[in-house]
Amino acid sequence: MSQRIKYHPLLEDYKDGKNITFIFNSEEYIGIEGDTIASALLVNGIRTLRYHEETGTPHGLYCNIGQCFECRVNVNHQQGVRACITPIEDGMVIKSQDVLPTPVKDWREKHDK
Amino acid sequence: MTNDVIIIGAGPAGLSAAITCAKHGMNVVVIDEYYKPGGRLLGQLYEEPDGSWWNGIKESDKLYNQAINSGVQLKLSVPVINIERQGTEWNVFTNMETLQANNLLVATGAAESPAPVPGWTLPGVMSVGAAQVMTNVQRVKPGEKGIIIGVNVLSAAIAQELKLANISVESMTLPKINSMNHDYAIPKNVVNSLLHVSHLSPSPIIKIGSNLMKYKLINKLALKFYPNKGIKMWDIPIQLKKAVTQIYGTDKVEGVTIANVDDYGQIIPKSEKSIEVDFVCISGGLYPLAELAAIAGCPFYMIEELGGYVPLHNERMETPLSGLFVAGNITGIEGAKVAAAQGTVAGLSIVNNTLNSAFEFELEEAIKQVRIIREENPIQFHPHIQNGRKKMQKYWNEYFANNQESFII
Ligand SMILES: Cc1cc2nc3c(=O)[nH]c(=O)nc-3n(C[C@H](O)[C@H](O)[C@H](O)COP(=O)(O)OP(=O)(O)OC[C@H]3O[C@@H](n4cnc5c(N)ncnc54)[C@H](O)[C@@H]3O)c2cc1C
Ligand code: FES
Repeated sequence: MSQRIKYHPLLEDYKDGKNITFIFNSEEYIGIEGDTIASALLVNGIRTLRYHEETGTPHGLYCNIGQCFECRVNVNHQQGVRACITPIEDGMVIKSQDVLPTPVKDWREKHDK
Repeated sequence: MTNDVIIIGAGPAGLSAAITCAKHGMNVVVIDEYYKPGGRLLGQLYEEPDGSWWNGIKESDKLYNQAINSGVQLKLSVPVINIERQGTEWNVFTNMETLQANNLLVATGAAESPAPVPGWTLPGVMSVGAAQVMTNVQRVKPGEKGIIIGVNVLSAAIAQELKLANISVESMTLPKINSMNHDYAIPKNVVNSLLHVSHLSPSPIIKIGSNLMKYKLINKLALKFYPNKGIKMWDIPIQLKKAVTQIYGTDKVEGVTIANVDDYGQIIPKSEKSIEVDFVCISGGLYPLAELAAIAGCPFYMIEELGGYVPLHNERMETPLSGLFVAGNITGIEGAKVAAAQGTVAGLSIVNNTLNSAFEFELEEAIKQVRIIREENPIQFHPHIQNGRKKMQKYWNEYFANNQESFII
């Protein structure tokens, strides 16, 4: 599990902010004020932020600065929110974006077309 | 409401420009989609040639405080999605509102080039910059033990930063060769660029460079004598004769397969080994993030020394579109000090253009300052940056020679 870097030889000590409670995929987690959604999840040992819309493979953060959109999640019913640039807030309800239904493709595969 | 100046990007370039404009009485709004001011300066932490440490968080705080104290309005967590010219004004569209100004500075910085390695979409694989920000800004370990794929100035600096935060780095190594990555995957090319950079800069890479130099003295082909186990920098082995061929894991990174390669990057059969790691950093270099200047209609030129496609501009940070300015890494990849100095130039250009050329002297001095800082900068991303800057000036002159008229209105 990833850990908080509290002490650093050159940077100031990490200042513990207040605890923030949030929900990710129906489970409750605690982050610290100042965390992004991505860092709060990582410190809780969670790397998978979404599943590929078609293939269902797991994806996590890639650039961590808002450029690649790999980390997009659903926040309080809003789609496509970048977990790496969005600060965590008390009571946030976050969901991984799931595999989207692809009925035509599924039918083709099933019928070998 | 119309502002005098809108600045997109709160990195060193954007903030320095904002401070300059605000100090000259202009009404300035800075917009950034990130949740903190400072841009890519925030994560930086490296040793200066004089032994002091460049602390990006402190530098960002300084710029932020100066900006706020001089009356700059800062809008954070606001992405700009479009810009459009209307009459003499620029309309800047964000996800919330549309803002207007006569002067627009685009200071959107740089992005990391993707450098796919088989398995790179697994959670736990990230760009080297992602690990930098997670470690130094969010203060969360990207993992317990990682490996860095890609050996260059940026990845060397960040390897040291991970080490400082007590994160274990197995090694720095090359990616498996493909048709796109010859500069990063062929040992000969990597050694050449390292030797070149080390020549110019006392930056972290010099430590690899000077080690390489020892081999170079023995034989021109440093690589021939490059030890198979790598040479070490801050206790991290730099493997220039190995490449990662696969990142593996079921639903997150569990390890990498690494193989020996020859001087041309070709895998030596049966040399593959597995190494367990829980995160992987990939570094494929930086390129200017210039989409917004493109949307605005600015002409572009490909200049390799500057890192890719760059909007046409002159040393005053003007573009051929009236009222549109650029500064910082959007104009070419360089360190934060150069970006800040360019920001000051852009700010003075805006002030000077608005106030009937009353600041011509200050502007000239600021332009000189950029050149001085460029020469002294400890972090050099491209050994021939000066050539790149000259090429851009040549394109600017040609553009105005061919297009008789002055600025596009
Ligand atoms: C991942 C990464 C790591 C780096 N690490 C180092 C390092 O260790 N040492 C070093 O010397 N240099 C480093 N650099 C180079 C760095 O770009 C410069 O040092 C310097 O920060 C450039 O300053 P800037 O003001 O031009 O841009 P930046 O500092 O990149 O700031 C640009 C700002 O614009 C914002 N922005 C971009 N697009 C939009 C939009 N559409 N809407 C709203 N806001 C937007 C971004 O969020 C960002 O905050 C790094 C660059 C990157 C990309
Ligand atoms: S990880 Fe790239 S946008 Fe969030």
